[in-house]
Amino acid sequence: MAGLYCPVCNPKGENYMKLKTILMSTAAAGLMLGGTSVAVNSASHGMAPCEGCTDSLTVVSWGGAYQNSQVKAYSEPYAEATGVKFVWDESSNEAVAKLRAMNEAGNVTWDLVDVVASDAIRLCDEGLAMEIDADNDLADAPDGTKASEDFGDLMVSGCFVPQIVYSTTFGYRTDVADWGGKKPESICDVFDLENFPGKRSLEKRPINNMEWALICDGVAKDEVYDVLATPEGVQKALDKLGTIKDSVVWWSAGAETPQLLADGEVVMGSTYNGRLFSVIEEQKQPVAMLWDAQVFDLDGWIVPAGLPADRLARVKHFLKYATDTQRLADQAKYISYGPARKSSAPLVGKHAELGIDMAPHMPTDPNNAKNTFLYNYEWWADNRDDLDAKFQAWLAQ
Amino acid sequence: MADAAVSGTKTVLTTHDGKPLKVSLAKALRREKLRALMLIAPLLLFILLSFIMPIADMLFRSVENGIVAETLPKTVVALKNWDPASGEAPGEDVFAALHDDMKVAVAEKTHTRLGSRLNYDQPGISSLFRKSGRRIGRMKEGDYKQQFLDIDDGWGSVENWTTIKRLSPTITDSYFLASVDAERGADGIERKPENERIYILLFVRTILLSMAITVSCILLGYPIAYLLANLPVRTSNLLMILVLLPFWTSLLVRTSAWKVLLQQQGVINDVLVWIGLIDDAGRLVMINNMTGTIIAMTHILLPFMILPLFSVMKTISPSYVRAAKSMGATDWTTFWRIYFPNTVPGIGAGSILVFILAIGYYITPELVGGTSGVFISNRIAYHISSSLNWGLAAALGTILLVLVLALYWVYDRIVGIDNVKLG
Repeated sequence: MAGLYCPVCNPKGENYMKLKTILMSTAAAGLMLGGTSVAVNSASHGMAPCEGCTDSLTVVSWGGAYQNSQVKAYSEPYAEATGVKFVWDESSNEAVAKLRAMNEAGNVTWDLVDVVASDAIRLCDEGLAMEIDADNDLADAPDGTKASEDFGDLMVSGCFVPQIVYSTTFGYRTDVADWGGKKPESICDVFDLENFPGKRSLEKRPINNMEWALICDGVAKDEVYDVLATPEGVQKALDKLGTIKDSVVWWSAGAETPQLLADGEVVMGSTYNGRLFSVIEEQKQPVAMLWDAQVFDLDGWIVPAGLPADRLARVKHFLKYATDTQRLADQAKYISYGPARKSSAPLVGKHAELGIDMAPHMPTDPNNAKNTFLYNYEWWADNRDDLDAKFQAWLAQ
Repeated sequence: MADAAVSGTKTVLTTHDGKPLKVSLAKALRREKLRALMLIAPLLLFILLSFIMPIADMLFRSVENGIVAETLPKTVVALKNWDPASGEAPGEDVFAALHDDMKVAVAEKTHTRLGSRLNYDQPGISSLFRKSGRRIGRMKEGDYKQQFLDIDDGWGSVENWTTIKRLSPTITDSYFLASVDAERGADGIERKPENERIYILLFVRTILLSMAITVSCILLGYPIAYLLANLPVRTSNLLMILVLLPFWTSLLVRTSAWKVLLQQQGVINDVLVWIGLIDDAGRLVMINNMTGTIIAMTHILLPFMILPLFSVMKTISPSYVRAAKSMGATDWTTFWRIYFPNTVPGIGAGSILVFILAIGYYITPELVGGTSGVFISNRIAYHISSSLNWGLAAALGTILLVLVLALYWVYDRIVGIDNVKLG
């Protein structure tokens, strides 16, 4: 069984099941204890002073609502307490390439970079990200649990500090006349043009699409990657996708599906769950979440390799603060992504502006996570380039 | 001077201070040249540093492949004696060398980097290096082959070792082969399997679509440039602003506007349905395909056609047309025989501008091209920013550059580059 690349995991490598169990238990705890402890806020404010640190920080993130949630939850309170000046760069999308270019030029201008887990693994492989010693560099949970244990198997790379769990899932319009009152309930309804006619939007890359196609072609969930490793398996997945190819609009930016759904240009489409939350709850569009076979993924921080001592000291100081239990829970007030620490889950409260309970909108909520799929980082790191070539060739045909 | 030449004597002409005139002149000219060079030095240096050198560096990446020999120096030497045709993985000596190399590489954290490089040619090899890197410190002395095989039986695969051996030289053609959908198989260079061929298709499509865009720019731009050049100043100024306004608007805004207009629930389809030209089920698909790319890019590149055309038309004297008409030519003959030939330099300049800009366009095809309207530049961007396969991106870029230069040469042969005029 191919495990996740996880230096802190047990050597036996049953990481999948463990990761899943942790995600589920996190969510369950969140549901039971949701909203009970709100007053912890000021408790962890007593920060150690930062010796020999720079007084500014260049942080790279995704822009938009996500970056905003980080500004609100991490950088504003930190700046208030320390007076540090923050410079935000919305370059996470091309962070890997830019970091490599900066590294080659010998002038890394970024201090802290927000990337998805697969990019973090790539950056770690390339020697562009610094290894992080979780127990020394990160804060313990309030009950004294070590950080490495609190994050658990979500630390999928030695260079990666996870912040949130997000999922790629489907949203569908609730007012499609052609469906005759039926609502899609399973991932396979995406492939069912007879009962659910209309256009769909899918991401213009093989990841997730290939897995969904195989699951709906009758492959068992835990055999998906074994099947996909064979040329026949790849063909099988492409053939299944081929049944709906003419009805698919392919997206490359996460904002596209919400827009296409709102315009009525597609009747269902995949995107990140936080984007759908904003379409449904903030913009009140007639859209609902499918959640079935949602694919969990992680987003978090990496520190570029080779920072000078004073900048590194500042980054470590901020990182320790920004990834502590309360801060991660605070972020969920602004966006519907689940905190990556086990200890943060019980602290997840209400949305800061809408005032609605956030727990039911988290991808890890038990009601949403009845059928989930775990992205296999190691497998995709090995096969991404090869499969992407095949997938793009298939698309171009 | 004439006297000296006529008399045929060997008197050397000198300046007033006694130096030979020739020497003195040469010195003055040299000084002149040096001064000229000094004057352009800042610009020359700037272009050299910020334009020529980065391009040369990028082009060099398409063949550069030092990483294998640098990371696994001993293994590469040991592999020289191994014959892939034997059908068996290399022997203990190679694995011992691999162990030594890996120890150094893990300390310097370069082993995973090598893994990613090899993974472009052999899927699965990156995890081999990642896994082995974690366990290399715990290896015991002796029987390294078995120990490596215990970590992952991928080390016993002849295919993996063939890839390492093949990529050992510091210069490689693998990126160029990949960018023309070929690879080095057991018996020389062969085409990739059908389901992996994509780049040639994209090159051909990029060129054909760029030509289509250039032609539609000529067809749409010509009448507008004519109006601009011939209407009274007040009207033509207003028209000029209308041409330039979109030129100053953000590219993304214009591309998104086309989405709103062209999509199936968009403005154009809504109007067509409303006036009853098409029914609701038969809405036209005008975006996320080739049509979308052509429409949006024609609009974006139109000013680059109109402006050179306009500046050329402005210089055509109206008396030519009047003269032709006074001699009895019809309107059409006047236009076709007199006016049009005079505008050809403008068409040439506009076409070169539009075509070269179009061939390297990337953001608009990405947004409105769907699957049938994407360009080769989209794949280059993918390899630069996502897959980090800069070697392949450089090879694709080199081919694109050579294609443009070749087309330029053909153009020069057929039309003549002297015939191009920007005004």
